[in-house]
Amino acid sequence: MSWSEDKPIVSIKDVKKSFGSLEVLKGVSIDIMKGEVICIIGPSGSGKSTLIRCINALNDIQGGSITVEGREVHDEELDKLELRKKVGMVFQQYNLFPHKTALQNVMMAPLKVLKEPKADVEKRARALIKKVRLEGKENSYPGELSGGQQQRVAIARSLAMRPDVMLFDEVTAALDPETVKEVLVTIKDLAAEGMTCILVTHEMGFAREVADHIYFTDKGVIVEHGAPEEFFDKASDPRTKEFLSQVL
Amino acid sequence: MTSVEAFFEMLYDVHGINVTIGYDSWDRGQFLDGLWLTVQLSVLSIFFSLLVGAIGAWAQGSPLRIIRALVGGFVTFFRNTPPLVQLYFFFFALGTVLRIESDTGLAQPLVSNFGWAVISFSLFAGAMNTEIFRSGIEAVPNSTIEASYAMGFTRLQTYIYIVLPLAIRISLPSLGTNLVNLVKTTTLAYALAVPELLYVSAQIWSDQLNVREMMNVLLLSYVGLVAILVWILHRWEKALRIPGFGG
Repeated sequence: MSWSEDKPIVSIKDVKKSFGSLEVLKGVSIDIMKGEVICIIGPSGSGKSTLIRCINALNDIQGGSITVEGREVHDEELDKLELRKKVGMVFQQYNLFPHKTALQNVMMAPLKVLKEPKADVEKRARALIKKVRLEGKENSYPGELSGGQQQRVAIARSLAMRPDVMLFDEVTAALDPETVKEVLVTIKDLAAEGMTCILVTHEMGFAREVADHIYFTDKGVIVEHGAPEEFFDKASDPRTKEFLSQVL
Repeated sequence: MTSVEAFFEMLYDVHGINVTIGYDSWDRGQFLDGLWLTVQLSVLSIFFSLLVGAIGAWAQGSPLRIIRALVGGFVTFFRNTPPLVQLYFFFFALGTVLRIESDTGLAQPLVSNFGWAVISFSLFAGAMNTEIFRSGIEAVPNSTIEASYAMGFTRLQTYIYIVLPLAIRISLPSLGTNLVNLVKTTTLAYALAVPELLYVSAQIWSDQLNVREMMNVLLLSYVGLVAILVWILHRWEKALRIPGFGG
C-alpha cells in the first residue's frame, strides 16, 4: 500500500493490548497527519504510555492495527529496524548511554544503524547539540549532566536519525520544575518546524499551547478528544471534567 | 661468573641455602622456560575464557529455550566438577579419541597436552565468566536497552555497543577474582606433564634436593605473576571509569 501525505502518517485503529489478563487498551483509534502535534493525557494507568510504545513496536498488540506511513507495524513481515528509523522516541528516564559522551550518544545510531560516514554524522550531531542549546557539553558524560540537559541530549539523539515522527513518553515527568521549561522549549521548536509529534504528557499548559489535538484516555479508552480550546474549555464527559479539575 | 651467581654460590656455601637457579645456568634455563610457559598458559586461557564468557552470556539471553538450556548445562557442568578431573577428562577421554594417522603410520594426538590444558582452563574459567558477565548484563537497566532498540539497533548491536561495555564495568571486580584464580589454576597442567612453572620446579628440586628453596621461589613467583595481573586489571578499571557512572 502506498502512502501519500494526504493520508494519516500514523493511523491507530481499534487497538487492543493486554498484559496477561489485564486489558490496558480496549480499542483505541487515533489518526495523525504529517506535521501534526497531538497530546495524549489522562490519569496514571490509563494506557497512554503503552499506546505510544505500540507505535514503534516496543510493545506488541493483541487486536486492531497501527500503520506508520501506510505500513502495518504489527506485521510479522515488517522490518522493525526500518520502522524504528522513521519513528524517534524520547523516554521519561532519558535512557542515555552512560558510557558515551553527549556527542557520542547523538552520533551512535547514525554511525552504527544507518552506517553513515563519520564526518557527516559528527557535523550533524554538533548542529543538533547546538539546536538543543547544549553547546559546550559535547564531551560531558550523561552522569555529569542535569536531568533537563540529559533529556535534551536524548531529543538530539533521536533527531540524529532524521525521524518522520517523534514520540515523547512523559519526557518531563522526572525533571525538576525549573528544568521542565528548557525541555518543553526544545519540543516547541520542533513542533514549529513541522515535526510530527505524539506526546504523552502531564503538562496541561504546554499541551494547550503546542498541541493541534488533545486526546483524553481513561481505563484503556479514549474518553474525549478535540482541539485544545474546545477540549479544555468545553469538556463534556464527567470523567474528563473531573480529571481537568484535578490537574488544572 | 657474574656477581649474581657469586651471590647465590655464597648463599649456598656460607648459609646452606641452595637456590640452584641463581648460579646454575641449566637450572635457570629450565625455570625460565617453565615461567614463560605459565605466562603463555595464563594469557591464552584468560583470552579464551573471556571469549567463552562473552559468547556464553550473550547466548544465555537468547529467545530460544534450547540455547539457554545448553549454556545452562555447560555452566553447571564446569562449575560443579573439579578442574583437575576436567583436565583428565579432556586429555585421557577425548585426547585418546582425537588422533590422526601420522606419516610413520602411528596414531598422533590431534591436540597437544599444552593445547588440552588451554582448552580445559578456558572452558572452566569461561563458565565462571559466563555467570559473571550474566550478572553484569542483568544489572544493565532494561530501559537503556529499550532505548537502543527504539533507535533501530539490532539485538547483536545492542549487545556489542551498549550492554557489554556497561556489563564489563559492572563485572570487573568479580572478573578480576576469577582471572586471578585462573592463573593459579594453571599449575594443574602439571598433571598432564606440561612443563610449566610447578613442573620444572619439581624437576629441579628432585635433581638438586632443594625442595624448601624451590618451594619459596615458586610461591614468590606466583605472588609476582598475580601482582602483575592485578596491576593490569586496576589499570583497565581506571581506564574504563566513566565520570558520573557507578559511583
